[in-house]
Amino acid sequence: METWAVASICVLLGLTARWTVSLNSYSGASKAPMFGDYEAQRHWQEVTFNLPVRQWYFNTTDNDLKYWGLDYPPLTAFHSLLCAHIANLINPDWIELHKSRGYESPAHKFFMRATEMSDKLHLPAHNINPFLHFFFQSSALLCILLYPGLILIDNGHFQYNSVSLGLALWGVLGLGCGHDLLGSLAFTLALSYKQMELYHALPFFWYLLGKCGKLGLTGKGLILLVKISLTVLVSFALCWLPFLFDPQQTLQVIHRLFPMARGLFEDKVANVWCSLNILVKIKTLLSVDTQIYLSFGTTLLAVLPSSIKLLMKPTFWQFRLALMNSSLAFFLFSFQVHEKSILLAIWRGLTFRNTLFIFLQFALSVLTMAGLSFMSAALEPPAKLPDLFPVLVSACACVHFLGFLLYFNLVQLTESPRSDKKKIN
Amino acid sequence: MAAPRDGTLSWFLALTLGVSLIKFLLIKAYHSTDFEVHRNWLAITHSLPVSKWYFEETSEWTLDYPPFFAWFEYGLSHIAKYFDEEMLVVQNLTYASPATILFQRLSVIFTDLVFVYAVKECCKCVQGGKRPRDILGSPSFVLAVLLLWNFGLLIVDHIHFQYNGFLFGVFLLSVARHFQGRHLEGAFLFAVLLNLKHIYLYIAPAYGIYLLRSFCLIQDNSDGSLKWRNFSFIRLAALGIIVCSVFALSFGPFLALDQLPQVLSRLFPFKRGLCHAYWAPNFWALYNAADKALSVLGIKLKLLDVAKLPKASMTGGLVQEFQHSVLPSVSPLITLICTLISVSPALFSIWHRPCGARGFLRCCVICALGSFLFGWHVHEKAILMAILPLSILAVESKDDAGVFLILATTGHLSLFPLLFTTPEFPIKILLMLLFTLYSFTSLKRLFRPECCLINTVESVYLSGLIPLEIFCELIYPLTSWQQTFPFIPLLLTSVYCAFGIIYSFFRLYGILLRGPRYTTKRKSH
Repeated sequence: METWAVASICVLLGLTARWTVSLNSYSGASKAPMFGDYEAQRHWQEVTFNLPVRQWYFNTTDNDLKYWGLDYPPLTAFHSLLCAHIANLINPDWIELHKSRGYESPAHKFFMRATEMSDKLHLPAHNINPFLHFFFQSSALLCILLYPGLILIDNGHFQYNSVSLGLALWGVLGLGCGHDLLGSLAFTLALSYKQMELYHALPFFWYLLGKCGKLGLTGKGLILLVKISLTVLVSFALCWLPFLFDPQQTLQVIHRLFPMARGLFEDKVANVWCSLNILVKIKTLLSVDTQIYLSFGTTLLAVLPSSIKLLMKPTFWQFRLALMNSSLAFFLFSFQVHEKSILLAIWRGLTFRNTLFIFLQFALSVLTMAGLSFMSAALEPPAKLPDLFPVLVSACACVHFLGFLLYFNLVQLTESPRSDKKKIN
Repeated sequence: MAAPRDGTLSWFLALTLGVSLIKFLLIKAYHSTDFEVHRNWLAITHSLPVSKWYFEETSEWTLDYPPFFAWFEYGLSHIAKYFDEEMLVVQNLTYASPATILFQRLSVIFTDLVFVYAVKECCKCVQGGKRPRDILGSPSFVLAVLLLWNFGLLIVDHIHFQYNGFLFGVFLLSVARHFQGRHLEGAFLFAVLLNLKHIYLYIAPAYGIYLLRSFCLIQDNSDGSLKWRNFSFIRLAALGIIVCSVFALSFGPFLALDQLPQVLSRLFPFKRGLCHAYWAPNFWALYNAADKALSVLGIKLKLLDVAKLPKASMTGGLVQEFQHSVLPSVSPLITLICTLISVSPALFSIWHRPCGARGFLRCCVICALGSFLFGWHVHEKAILMAILPLSILAVESKDDAGVFLILATTGHLSLFPLLFTTPEFPIKILLMLLFTLYSFTSLKRLFRPECCLINTVESVYLSGLIPLEIFCELIYPLTSWQQTFPFIPLLLTSVYCAFGIIYSFFRLYGILLRGPRYTTKRKSH
């Protein structure tokens, strides 16, 4: 069958799976007073529609930051504004200032789910991936489109991760096809949508810098560097424009994006700090500042080898490996990581397939997880350790991710500098 | 012959698991009153003795399927009690706790395994022309997808709520057995099927003629004509014993209880109108539409007196008897005569010129379509009875593939009004696109060297389905007419689709009488 037909069928399957998942309930349904992520998104529509831009990120009488205050970059806010305008055409009650808190109705749910589905920007990106051969293409496509993690979080729980992930994917594709400027633009937009994309920022930086370096920093390389820098700076400026006029605005937005006061981690997350906390209570032992420096330092150390290698050998394959390593390193060591951030690393990982190691790891993970899940369902935890099973699951997962980090770093670093074979994967 | 064993099981399993995933995801979707119908039958068969099953009237959804289905519900009820015992109380009308919904949905998904097995058997019976280079291009694979992922079956069973998968499984298994030459098993399965859902009486004539002609008559003359001396009474007797014992098992208890008239009146409720609340896209839909149009025209031209006309409510969505205004009224007897006239040529054809199991299957499709087009109180879901078996013929013959594309697309679109809720709207669009896209591209690829499967006129007609759908579901509800004339979109959909279905009916007849062109020569058995 023609490629376009297979790809379209895969896309339709992905969309069908998403819509059927969205039939279910969303995060925080009927759970007053705070509700959940669904209410957060609705609230942002309310805030961006009714209040002037300068109030969006500030705590005012009309904007209570404690009730789902905006904590994503401006593009999310503009997106919410767009959705709010459409909502206003259909039913202004949905976004009425203050009065619409906790608004829930079948029609509203359909509207919110529809806004969710219409952001499937990343879907066409898969159609034009030139690096996959036909059969791998269809099976890889299905894997990515039907990836349960993203479907459940976006279409079930309710979030808009697909937008930033999609933009980031366009960025990667752009770079892969040699359209550096378009790729940079796309990634800048991704970053301006969700700050989580910082996990992928370093590889973009080193890859493009290395590429310019290879072209010659005095000639073509310099021109490319200037063009890329201009593209990035102008796109950032355009996205952040309303907040650049007043330094207080800029600082406040950054303060909202990076809530340092919230501590090293929250809840159970499968990264190093949470797992370490089981043995050594670092969250309470160290001051917040020390925690910040510690996580900053370790994250930097963790990405250092991969970044240096990418700078020295800026090929697309190296770039993809570095993306994987960077997202894993950030997930494992950085500050205030949420468990949903693992989506970024897994998303990258889905595009790599054929290694025996991965299959073995996968099998091992599945068995361990199955065992733990069974235990969580079947057994009662001891009274003194009520969170025993979630914590064990997180710790187990952390060990796996560390394993992956080690493995992918090895793969990236051991690629011989002289080999130029194009990895068709 | 059959597809190679290696790899066969894996892709079939993948297809089954994939569609099962979709079915599980649809558990939370909208369900129609049919859900309550089946819950009520679970309650009736579980809580009441057999003697009361066909008399129970607490709920308006009285038992109107044959006894085997009642026993099937009885069996299910014993599992149901572990989910939620309250659903088995007859007085709990419209009871729909989460456990009840889960149980009922799961029961449909699991009984679909019968359908899965039947599809596997059918796939073994189809052959490819050239040896396909890849599994994805083989007729077996295409047939498996067309059947397992059939749009109509998915939305009728797993959203609207019915047990058609299970029933079509028995039907297709019976067909597969006939293809494999195991005619007694096929006959037995069909007898069982009739006692599960009597709508399959539509195709009983095809079975009867085929078995008499091709099974009881062992060998023909060298010129293909009848040789009555070869009539095997033993085979006829075997068939008779099988069929009679099945019916005896089914109706026996009710015969003993002297309840047969009551059971039959439940099975054949002719008090219902010519058309269902939503007109199935058949001949009578066109007849009704013409009658309406003529009466409106007559009133406008002052040829008719408004006061003398019966109150127009055929389109009111109620299931009652009504008279036509201008054209002569239609009674159940007339529809029966029309149906018999429409299918007789096909039956004669397989009697005088038997084409083996494939000819029989084509006759089944024609009988199903004829009964759909001219029957009394036909449900639009009955179109599946023609679409599913036609899939088998479609992967082997270019002509059948062309008809299948028209019939399936039109028939599936006519099912859209069944799902009128907003959250399900995107799902039905996506699933329809999926199935239509796949059926067109895969069948085109299957018969690649030959030219297009459908011609320009047919393409234009099918393309017209898109603006029709957009108008009916998106534009019309926003107009003021939605309040005053809410039936217009339904009328338009069924009238438009009726043309496509009637056209397919004639095309199929053409193929039957002309003789199909297969991709390879095969001997008929």
